[in-house]
Order: sequence, then C-alpha cells, then structure tokens
Amino acid sequence: MRRAARRETAPWQLVVPAVCALGLLVLPLAGLLVRAPWSRTWEILASPGLQQALVLSISTALVASLCCVLLGVPLGWLLAQRWLPGARLFRALATVPLVLPPVVGGVALFALLGRRGVLGEPVFELTGFALPFTTPAVVVAQVFVALPFQVLAAEGAFRATDERYAQVAATLGARPWTAFRRVTLPMVAPSVLAGAVLSWGRALGEFGATVTFAGNLPGRTQTLPLQVYLLLQTDPDAAIMAAVTMLFISVVLLVALRGRWTGTT
Amino acid sequence: MALSGLAGCSSSESGTTTVLAAASLTDVFTQLGAEFEKANPGERVEFSFGSSSTLAVQIAEGSPADVFASADEKSVGLLGEEGKGRPSTIFATNHLQIAVPSGNPGKVKDLSDFADSSLRIAYCAEQAPCGKAALKVFKAGGVTPEPDSLEPDVRATLTKVTAGEVDAALVYRTDVMAAADKVEGIDFTQADAAKSSYPIVDLQSQKEPNAFVAYVLSPPGQAALSEAGFGSAGG
Repeated sequence: MRRAARRETAPWQLVVPAVCALGLLVLPLAGLLVRAPWSRTWEILASPGLQQALVLSISTALVASLCCVLLGVPLGWLLAQRWLPGARLFRALATVPLVLPPVVGGVALFALLGRRGVLGEPVFELTGFALPFTTPAVVVAQVFVALPFQVLAAEGAFRATDERYAQVAATLGARPWTAFRRVTLPMVAPSVLAGAVLSWGRALGEFGATVTFAGNLPGRTQTLPLQVYLLLQTDPDAAIMAAVTMLFISVVLLVALRGRWTGTT
Repeated sequence: MALSGLAGCSSSESGTTTVLAAASLTDVFTQLGAEFEKANPGERVEFSFGSSSTLAVQIAEGSPADVFASADEKSVGLLGEEGKGRPSTIFATNHLQIAVPSGNPGKVKDLSDFADSSLRIAYCAEQAPCGKAALKVFKAGGVTPEPDSLEPDVRATLTKVTAGEVDAALVYRTDVMAAADKVEGIDFTQADAAKSSYPIVDLQSQKEPNAFVAYVLSPPGQAALSEAGFGSAGG
C-alpha cells in the first residue's frame, strides 16, 4: 500500500526540486559541522554557562510545547468546526505570529503583559508582579511564536476526520466530551504529536521575542539561542559548538519522537 | 582582486557606500547620510546598524562593507584580514548615562541604585562595548549590580527603558538624547571611567579616502555629532 509508486516511475520534475530542497536545508548545517572546532568540544560543552542555557532552553521549550498542545488543540478543533462563523478570519488571526517578526512579537507582548501593558499594568499595580524578565516570560514568548504550528497541525487533522465516527459514538450514548476523547482524539493523535514536535522545535530556537520580552539573564532567561548570539561576538568557535549541540539534541529528539509516537521512521 | 578593483572604480563615480555602524550611531548617521546624499548627487549611502562586535564579525566573514564605524576600538581588531592596514580615525567620543523612564518611577538617583534588587535593572551584556563600559563604571563605583537583563546591544537596552519595563538602565548619553521624549538621563561621576572612543575605518581599497568618512570628519559632520550628544574626538 505505502509503496504504490515505484522508484522507476518517480517523475524527475518532483525528484530534482526535492533534492534541491534537501540540499538547501541540510548543506548550511553541514557547513556548520565542517567549521565546528571539534578539538575544543569538551572544553566548550563543559562550560557552566552553556549547560545552564541548554537546560533552560530544553525545559522552557518542553513547557511551551505542552502549553501549545493544551491550548492549540482545542483552538484547532474550534477552527475546524463547520458551524463556526468567521472561521477564516480566526484562522488568519491565529497565524499572525508566523508572519510577525519575532522582535515585534516581543514588543506586542510588552504592550499586553508588560508592567505598562493593557493587562500587565493593573496586575503590577495590585500585586507588584511583572512578567517580563522572568523564566515564565520566556515560556510565554515561546508559546506565542510556536502556537500557530500546533493550531494548524491540529486543525488540518480535525478537518480530515470523519465526523460520523463521533456521531455513531453519540448515538451509542457517549457524551460529546467522551466521544471527542475516546473517538476523535485517537484519530488525530499523530497530527497533534507532529504539531507538538514542530512547536517544540520552534520554541527551542526562539530568539527575537524572547530577548525582547524576557531579556537576557544567565540562569533565568538566557536560552541557548541568546547565548549563541552573544558568544558569536567574542568566541565564534564556542558559538558554533553551542549551535551544533543544539542541532544534535534537536535531531536526536525529533527522530526519536517521530519513530516512537507517530509510527513512522 | 580584479573584480573588487572594478567595483571600486564604478563606486567612486556614482556609487553606493555601504556603512556598517554601531547601534548608537543609528540616528545621527541616518541624518548624516541624508545630508551627504544631498550634498553629493549620485552618491548613495546604505547603513546597517548593530552591535559593533557583531558587525566586525560580519565584515570578517565577508559581508560587503566600505566603511565600519565602531563604538569601541576593540571591535576593529575583530575585522581580521579585512581590517589590516586600513586607515582608522577616532571621530567621536561618548559616555554612559543612567536612563530612567520619564518621571523616574523607581526614584533612581545614582549608580548605587543598580545594586537594589527590588528595582528592574538592565544594561548591556559584557560582549557588547556598552557592556564592557558598564562593567568599568561598576568597578569604579564599587557597585555590585543586580541586573534583570543583560541586553545584546545598547538599543535593545534603551527599548526596555522607553517601554517603561525597567527602572534604570545604562546607555550612552546620545541614546538618552535620541529618546528624550520617553527617557530621562542622569549623569554620574563614575562615567569618566569608561569614556568610549568611536573609530571609523575606511575599508575600501582605493587610495583616495572614502567621501562619507571625510564628511563625518568635516565640520558639518562633527557639528551633527555634537548636536546628537557625542563628544568631539579631541576631548
């Protein structure tokens, strides 16, 4: 079934651009590997600053992608509903962070959640708490830029499911939430996981919104992309090594997750 | 080599000068560029502003640039081969000032307030020239700062003040003047410990000096720099 088309019949009109695309994606990274100062690997990886930034990056990105699942899957479901008026407009709005330069996204987050922001100011007046420059602010910035990936992945999957399964479940007495959880959700699970992996990757690489909204303080808000950017100015070798580390971890995790949870390798 | 020679010839007639300049020069160089183009019909100046050290690395990596204007002399060293034997002139000086949002909500008075952990504090990361200068003044003042953010460049630092998200930041006097409607500047005595000199480097291969560099060093150029809050190269 999965190998319906044989290799001999693959049209070159698809194969040639596909190879070009792969080259465009992979070759710059290969360049990075060539330039990497492998002899300094352990010295650079052992630096406490790098480990601290790495741990912060991985953990904030995990929390962010979890938030993306919890918020993005319901939104994707909502956008896929035929009864929703203005779905097209909402879908366009949900993808705004994709086209917005992330630095502008950071400024927008200030405008809403900063201590002079629309929501942030009353909270600050009442409690003295301000979100910017905190670790949660890193997560918020990451969720802001990564959420559209989860929403789009989930929406496409919900759209492609056959509503009749859930309807049959309802006729058998299942409440809507039960029908969703037991029937619809398992059908969209692979797409939701693909969306979660995409949003995790986007969160891991996030720079612009983070540096604007969360600032840059080692141990609190300095994620690996921020550290790579600063290292580039003083120790380009260390920056490349840090980038290679990030690349390696991303690839290992992506391959592992895809193999384990989506059933494809 | 032959190619770059050709490009040089055409650019001396009616060409584009690409200037990579420190973030703190954004406003005054944009203005100087417009004046220069007006005074020299046919000439165009294109700018790329950023952290001096980032720009220097970009030039060393082959980013096309005719002029490099840095906020510190150390970044000139990062030019590597590209900077060897190129004429470099100090064209301005600058010093740090404490920037607070209008109305000074944190009631900041001097550098010692940077040690107050209840205040939101930002200054540049040590990798940027403004961060090196900040460390110098903290050392001179015996202040152990409690930062909330170490910004990648001085403009990013200023943004945090204009947005009102920090109570105090260390930026250059010129940045405070550029954002005078939203920011107040406070002078402090230790600022003299880190007066910074701005070198301009002519990266072109021709013998004649770059016209834009000459314009920056000319009386009208120096007047514009002084109006923006820069100190003159002499003092």
